Amino acid sequence: MHAIDCDVHPTIPGMSALLPYLDPFWRESVVEREISSLESISYPVNAPITARPDWKNASGRAAVTADEIGATVFGRWGADAAILNCLYGVQLVFNEDMANAFARALNDYIVHEFLERDARLRASIVLPVQNVEMAVAELERCAADKRFVQVLLLAMGESPLGRRMYWPIYEAAQRHGLPIGIHAGSNYRNPVTSLGWPTYYAEDYAAQSLGFQSQVASLVCEGVFVKYPQLKVVLLESGVSWLPGFMWRLSKFWRGVRMETPWIDRSPFDIVRDHVRLTVQPYDGPDDLAAIEKSIDHFQSDDMLLFASDFPHWQFDGDETMPRGIPERLHRKIRVDNPLATYSRLAALAQPAGS
Amino acid sequence: MAKHVVAPVGELPPGSRKLVEIGARRIVVFNTGGEFFALSDRCPHEGGSLFHGKVMGLVESSEPGEYRYTRAGEMVKCPWHGWEFDLRTGRSQCDPRLRVRSYATGVVHGCDLAKDVPAAETFPVRVEDDYVVVEA
Repeated sequence: MHAIDCDVHPTIPGMSALLPYLDPFWRESVVEREISSLESISYPVNAPITARPDWKNASGRAAVTADEIGATVFGRWGADAAILNCLYGVQLVFNEDMANAFARALNDYIVHEFLERDARLRASIVLPVQNVEMAVAELERCAADKRFVQVLLLAMGESPLGRRMYWPIYEAAQRHGLPIGIHAGSNYRNPVTSLGWPTYYAEDYAAQSLGFQSQVASLVCEGVFVKYPQLKVVLLESGVSWLPGFMWRLSKFWRGVRMETPWIDRSPFDIVRDHVRLTVQPYDGPDDLAAIEKSIDHFQSDDMLLFASDFPHWQFDGDETMPRGIPERLHRKIRVDNPLATYSRLAALAQPAGS
Repeated sequence: MAKHVVAPVGELPPGSRKLVEIGARRIVVFNTGGEFFALSDRCPHEGGSLFHGKVMGLVESSEPGEYRYTRAGEMVKCPWHGWEFDLRTGRSQCDPRLRVRSYATGVVHGCDLAKDVPAAETFPVRVEDDYVVVEA
């Protein structure tokens, strides 16, 4: 094996594409109400980051079809498999029933338009997290298809993800061997910073890592990994280099207020090393390559990083999928071993053909 | 290890503590429910004074939402950074590899105190009283 690309984004051309996958009532509602698109401002359609210019098709979009993804991710870069994390605004919808209908349609669309068209593709289950009961039902429905290898949540939602109301999702995910993928993005119920709304896109995008930090703290402190000891969480497009500094901080303060969370019986950084993984694009590091290697050493683990191109998001130029400065000795682990260890449903990929 | 008299029992009632100096060492003696415990005053983390720490119970848990509270009065929490130490063993709760030095204690009747047991500070020894001793 050469690589498993753990973060690839299929683009949904518009709500019209989902119509065949909606039941008659919701199909008519979408048409009648002229709901043309669920694009979120997390990735504005015309923002440079949303689609690298040389990957755009004639319509100005990228990664709209399985062929468009496969040509680059498999054809050009030689990945053996890729996990589709679809970012479409179903988590932003206020109506729980509509969110549920749209999430179901979206997952079915991913199956028929992508997974059925290229056997190397896998996907994350998009959950209508507005309603946990519905989210679990959708998880159960999709989990029957082993090509779904993860569930997908956004970095910024209505409440911190460690809260117990979300635990039924984790129980079901653990039972099915599905990691929880948390991707950059917000449902915009809360400002993207705790200070209030920032002005510029760069602020919004950079603030995502603060959302991730708070989610990691919430998942650890609430005891999600104590309750669900097999559960893995993958931070997708989270940036990477912020994690050790934040874990030093959280671990230090945990020592002083340990009795608040007595179920945490070891350093939060140790817990995170066992349960949390991060995709390597984007990697936010200094220009000095030696300093980047040092920043990787701060993880004190070779198991945490997963290869991802973040295609078609514009994180790098040319074919430099592996961020510069990551030491060669880790490339194989990052490209193959760590993804296989994280995604139990990918284990079959490691078997020789025919066995 | 030599025995040092640190106080008449009556001066260290349950719930109280006393800081004594034995040679160059500063040692805190705690009375928890009639049992005496002695620890170095110096927190092994950054050197805070455990004499000024709050004495608490131990809370443990095997799952979120469970608070198993035992051993009231047998833990001391450093006033600087909140690290908890076991009065019986000196062991740190958040990092069990770390310990604060602990010392054996005892109660000796005044008439049994050999004349050569040094006192940590000067007070009269009366044969009819009991005294707290620390082995340090």
